[in-house]
Amino acid sequence: MSDMDDVVNEFLVESYENLDRLDTDLVSLEENPTERAKLASIFRTIHTIKGTCGFLGYGKLEKVAHVGENLLSKLRDGELVLDADITSGLLAMVDAVRKMLGSIEQTRAEGSEEYAELIELLTKLATGTNERLEKPGAASKTPAAATDPASVDPDPPPLGAVLVESGQVSPSEVEVAHRKQLAGDPLRIGELLVEQGVVTHDTLRDALRKQQEKQQEAHNSSVADTSIRVDVGLLDKLMNLVGELVLARNQIVQYNARQSDNTMSAASQRLNLITTELQESVMKTRMQPIGNVWSKIPRVVRDLAVQCGKEVRIEMEGKETELDKTIIEAIKDPLTHIVRNSVDHGIEPPDVRAAKGKPREGMLLLRAYHEGGQVNIEIRDDGGGIDTERVRKKAIEKGLITAEVAQRMSEREAVNIVFLPGFSTAQRVSNVSGRGVGMDVVRTNIEKIGGQVDLVNQPGAGMTIKIKIPLTLAIIPALLVTAREQRFAIPQVSLLELVRLEGEQARKGIEFIHGAPVHRLRGNLLPVLHLTRELGLEQDVWRPIADDESLEIVVLQADGRPFGLVVDSINDTEEIVVKPLGKQLKGLPIYAGATIMGDGRVALILDVLGLAQRASVVSQAADRKRADAKRDEQETDDAASSLLLFQVGRESRMAVELSAVARLEEFESATIERSGGQEVVQYRGSIMPLVRLASYFGREAEPGDSSIVQVVVYTRGERSIGLVVDRILDIVEESLVAERRLSTAGVRSSAVIQGKVTDLLDAHAVIASVDPTFFEELVAA
Amino acid sequence: MADYQQFCTFHLGDLYFGVEVQKVQEVLRFQEMTAVPLAHDVVAGLINLRGQIVTAIDLRRRLALPPRTPDARPMNVVLHTDDGAISLLVDEIGDVVEVEDGLFEPPPETLRGIARELVGGVYKLEERLLLILDTEKTVDLAPAAAE
Repeated sequence: MSDMDDVVNEFLVESYENLDRLDTDLVSLEENPTERAKLASIFRTIHTIKGTCGFLGYGKLEKVAHVGENLLSKLRDGELVLDADITSGLLAMVDAVRKMLGSIEQTRAEGSEEYAELIELLTKLATGTNERLEKPGAASKTPAAATDPASVDPDPPPLGAVLVESGQVSPSEVEVAHRKQLAGDPLRIGELLVEQGVVTHDTLRDALRKQQEKQQEAHNSSVADTSIRVDVGLLDKLMNLVGELVLARNQIVQYNARQSDNTMSAASQRLNLITTELQESVMKTRMQPIGNVWSKIPRVVRDLAVQCGKEVRIEMEGKETELDKTIIEAIKDPLTHIVRNSVDHGIEPPDVRAAKGKPREGMLLLRAYHEGGQVNIEIRDDGGGIDTERVRKKAIEKGLITAEVAQRMSEREAVNIVFLPGFSTAQRVSNVSGRGVGMDVVRTNIEKIGGQVDLVNQPGAGMTIKIKIPLTLAIIPALLVTAREQRFAIPQVSLLELVRLEGEQARKGIEFIHGAPVHRLRGNLLPVLHLTRELGLEQDVWRPIADDESLEIVVLQADGRPFGLVVDSINDTEEIVVKPLGKQLKGLPIYAGATIMGDGRVALILDVLGLAQRASVVSQAADRKRADAKRDEQETDDAASSLLLFQVGRESRMAVELSAVARLEEFESATIERSGGQEVVQYRGSIMPLVRLASYFGREAEPGDSSIVQVVVYTRGERSIGLVVDRILDIVEESLVAERRLSTAGVRSSAVIQGKVTDLLDAHAVIASVDPTFFEELVAA
Repeated sequence: MADYQQFCTFHLGDLYFGVEVQKVQEVLRFQEMTAVPLAHDVVAGLINLRGQIVTAIDLRRRLALPPRTPDARPMNVVLHTDDGAISLLVDEIGDVVEVEDGLFEPPPETLRGIARELVGGVYKLEERLLLILDTEKTVDLAPAAAE
């Protein structure tokens, strides 16, 4: 009984793996319907499932797999060409198979569903040219053809060799047949041997079957010999044990440093090396390529795109990037959620895209790569991005933030509203997304495994979600520091550099800007925190430094911002095992956990992001300053930026920085009203003035369809101003090299973009001509 | 026949406390502790219990009793809870006692302050009163004070 269970379990595990691959293969096949190798591999998978379930007595499963196989064989033989209908049919078959497997897993039975409709559908898809079902006797008439289904497999053993081995023919007889073949006889060895009369059709058929079995065996054994299946629980246990071993090793190494026994030293040295190696190896056993999770995504995207009537192309980079299994498990759901969000909310319907001058087909890029002991995963789409104005409004509506807070928020903070619990911008609740359990859960799940989520929003041009996660959770390298005689561990992933200042330098190392300590690091101001003070151990920490004292600054990075942390001393680096803190200490974002040191005492692990947030290193003020600095940079420097290209009048090409644009809108001319001599439209419950750029610059408007106007919307707080352009042309990434300064009001400079002279619109000046206070408010805020 | 309950007892100043014996994982002598800056002030520190990190709560502070003398070395009553082990620091460990249900009485109305919340009842033993500590409430700290 238990033997049978084992067989069934094996079958289930194997089939699940194959089905996952099938989803991906089918979707990619839809794009490239004639790829024979893929078709053959899909066929093989279904064939294997059919064969095994027939053997195990699962009739229904076999029936479904059988019709699927028929359809696939037609595709493989080129009698049918894969189209969307067939793909849907095949995916439905995969679902049915998966459902039955699920039921087998739970109840050891296939379930009561009959799948008659599915079978009919698949049969219908396969009919029309459905004559070529295996005819009995075909194998014996043209024996060579019988090997056809297997011909995609790697080299089968020669038929002659099989026959010789089984003693049916002598080597010399095979040799004769072989020579005939070399002389140009088109018949196969088997047929020649039958012709020679040394074997009968029946023996030949047996031999052919044997040949196939042998090949299958060779195929299986090559995999089976080099890999075994291991229960993940066992690997987890192994990892925990290695963690404990690392701690014990640390203790011994530390003890060893204090004694002088040579034998002990050598042994300790060896223990040290072996432990490190063991740790690496065990960690490797748990590594899996991220492609394992991604393999499910094309299917998700396809289904969703069909459902919402969108066209989405998916691209993947860095599939082979490896991650710890527990992390892979942990990011599976957040990742799927993000992808669904991108397709559902991010990427626009084809018509909208076309109107905006984007390709009809949306693009979704998944990218993974290693960087500094961490894995970065990016999910980028070229959709509409996040409309921060809408996000603000929604959040106020839902009572998540007050209007006042929303007003004060920087763009970056507004984007991050989507991470608030209970927030969802979807207008209606679809079965795809919009249940309000979205991004906050994504963020929580990722932070739970020590990761970070960052959102880069390009309104109108798309959005990138960046996830940074550690390679493994259990053991991390850390820097040990001391504050008031107490040791703390700082994860090295956040560490940028160590600065030690002595004597005169130390005395002048810290300067104060209105009470805020800073350090000049290579000409840049680095905000500085004092660990003792941040921990609340002592408030008055910035005392004059004595001659023999030194100043130790640990330069860290949180959320992409560097800051300095002054500590009493920097001790050492050590591999530490992260252990969670109890519930009573969960409310302290400043700690990431605790660990046990070489001497057996507990040390707290600092959470660098929590520390930075507590000290407001990462804050709105810093954000705005940075944004302003960036703007200045863009104006003076030749840094690359995203530009929105549009046409003003008949032939003028103009551009603005996309980052400053809130939205692109279309209004019907009929909705334009006049107020105080100014054209306005009602926009989101308030009145938005419109500036027709063509008339501003005294140019003739482009003739043609004027029932719709294209508007570039600028927004500050509750106020918006629309610039009417004649046509949106494109969005480009371009470094701005100002060619010449112009004296024309409203034009900052002109440059060559996409090989054409393009004027850079001075949006500030244009807007100020209508509403002089529009930008002032920003300064005041 | 009267029912009996078993309690693991300990002393805090002149008070005599008991905790249901099933909730106690072990009792330990004084352990080295690592202080946790910024934590709730009843958190005395972290203890390494055979590789497991256990939070220690100073029961004197939890019950708003006067602090121990600086050189006193408190003992640990380690409880097992749904969220793992947690230690209560007490002055001295007593015996495991078996008491009759009939001796139980809810705390008097005049009991005020934090003790009112944490003392679930009293057993009137012949020689003294045994206060029963509500362990769930004792280890459930309000969100840790930020400063």
